[in-house]
Amino acid sequence: MAAPVALPHPGIPPTRGSGTACGRRGVLVLLGCLALFSPALQAEPDTLRQRQLDNLLLQDCGSCHGLRMTGGLGPALTRQALADKPRDSLIATVTHGRPGTAMPGWNALLDEQDIAWLVDQLLQGYPRP
Amino acid sequence: MRTPVLSLALAALLLGGCAHSSQTLPLRGTGDLGVVVERASGTLQLVEASTHTSLARIDGLGDLSHASVVFSRDQRYAYVFGRDGGLTKVDLLLQRVEQRVIQAGNSIGGAISSDGSLIAVGNYEPGGVKVFDAATLEQIADIPATPLADGSANSRVVGVTDVPGRRFIYSLFDTGETWLLDFSQGNQPQVTRFENIGKQPYDALLTPDGRYYIAGLFGEDGMALIDLWHPERGVTRILDGYGRGQQKLPVYKMPHLEGWTLAGNQAFVPAVGQHRVLVMDSSTWQQTDAIDVAGQPIFVMARPDARQIWVNFAHPDNHQVQVIDSETHEVIATLEPGPAVLHMEFTPRGDQLWLSVRDGGEIQVWDPYTLEKITSLPAESPSGIFFSSRAHATGL
Repeated sequence: MAAPVALPHPGIPPTRGSGTACGRRGVLVLLGCLALFSPALQAEPDTLRQRQLDNLLLQDCGSCHGLRMTGGLGPALTRQALADKPRDSLIATVTHGRPGTAMPGWNALLDEQDIAWLVDQLLQGYPRP
Repeated sequence: MRTPVLSLALAALLLGGCAHSSQTLPLRGTGDLGVVVERASGTLQLVEASTHTSLARIDGLGDLSHASVVFSRDQRYAYVFGRDGGLTKVDLLLQRVEQRVIQAGNSIGGAISSDGSLIAVGNYEPGGVKVFDAATLEQIADIPATPLADGSANSRVVGVTDVPGRRFIYSLFDTGETWLLDFSQGNQPQVTRFENIGKQPYDALLTPDGRYYIAGLFGEDGMALIDLWHPERGVTRILDGYGRGQQKLPVYKMPHLEGWTLAGNQAFVPAVGQHRVLVMDSSTWQQTDAIDVAGQPIFVMARPDARQIWVNFAHPDNHQVQVIDSETHEVIATLEPGPAVLHMEFTPRGDQLWLSVRDGGEIQVWDPYTLEKITSLPAESPSGIFFSSRAHATGL
């Protein structure tokens, strides 16, 4: 049998299921420490993370919402489609999902900053022309 | 004597179009060819299995975020169902789009009839199925799905599959139904509706002999089975409550079902929201096992000799592929082909497995007997891989 080739995983680092609580606590502790030194951290994810999130938005959100966010199994998420949706409720939907639909809660994989950044991308119009 | 030569040259020119200008096309068959969907760029790569090569890239196919492909029975044409409602007929010999119609706002997939004459497309928007002449892409029938309770739209359609006897079958995600369209008497179909099949069917499979249609349910644990030898017997619930007592994880990607899930007298299917593959005896449809795997399964695919089952996974476990022994149900290998393995396709006799590594930007060819990677080919966000051998398989 071939030795599995481990390639670097440019996607979102896996933190799932039972490992989630632990991983998230680690992240939170880290964030707590960083926050002491970096008041700007609240603002948005760093460049690398933004690139990962951008790929997630296009490819993984795009699987259900369309690569052009024109909808699929999930509704359209174009700027126009979201025009009358409050930012907070969009953040809540991404965070907790929508029970009774195929929309999962993403809080097991993404933190608040990530989710806010993703929602802001959509509100600004995604994908950009 | 010059006239025939000239007209021949002219014919070759017309046939070749811009892609081949004045070159003479080499004689070749298309049975060794396949197409790979490049979802981000809306292109197809034309590939050849025996040489592990890419022969051409074909563009102009629109939004392929969720695309699937069926083939004409002469294996010359690929019909591509795109997210944007596009139905595109691609000529594999001339390596170009032959014809393209935008038939809906948003579609999910389709099928070609057993006689090769009809193409059925399942649509989310407007919810329903449209049927086209495979030769001309002219619309032959339009069958809107059941309206939603609030009247805002019709149910979304999933799992469109061909059934022997010029029939199609599909399920309605929002209203929990399965519809059977019978075109055996002509182009006005007879419609048989199966209601209350279960909550939110997300995809479906037809066994390779065309007898059983099985819809997977997202809204509850279980699957809905229809015996097409006996449609009068209605729907049987199988794998009922398979997740009882298990906490359901968030589902970041819908699993897929197709007939390759059958391996001899067993069926291996993904458990929705669980890190398990469920096994059934395909003569009784009773569950016989549940196999723990590395993530939420997406494609659970038997090697054509039925000796192994290959499984890929939803985000965030989609950098892995696992191989299950169909006899012992042991996971015999965990491979890491690269980031975001989206789809797998065996060559028809199983000597090769092709897989798409979306975020690695490549297609890989593996030997599923030695579990060695043979080669890889660059591709732009590759997703579905479809070999033309599907032309002769029912339900693919």
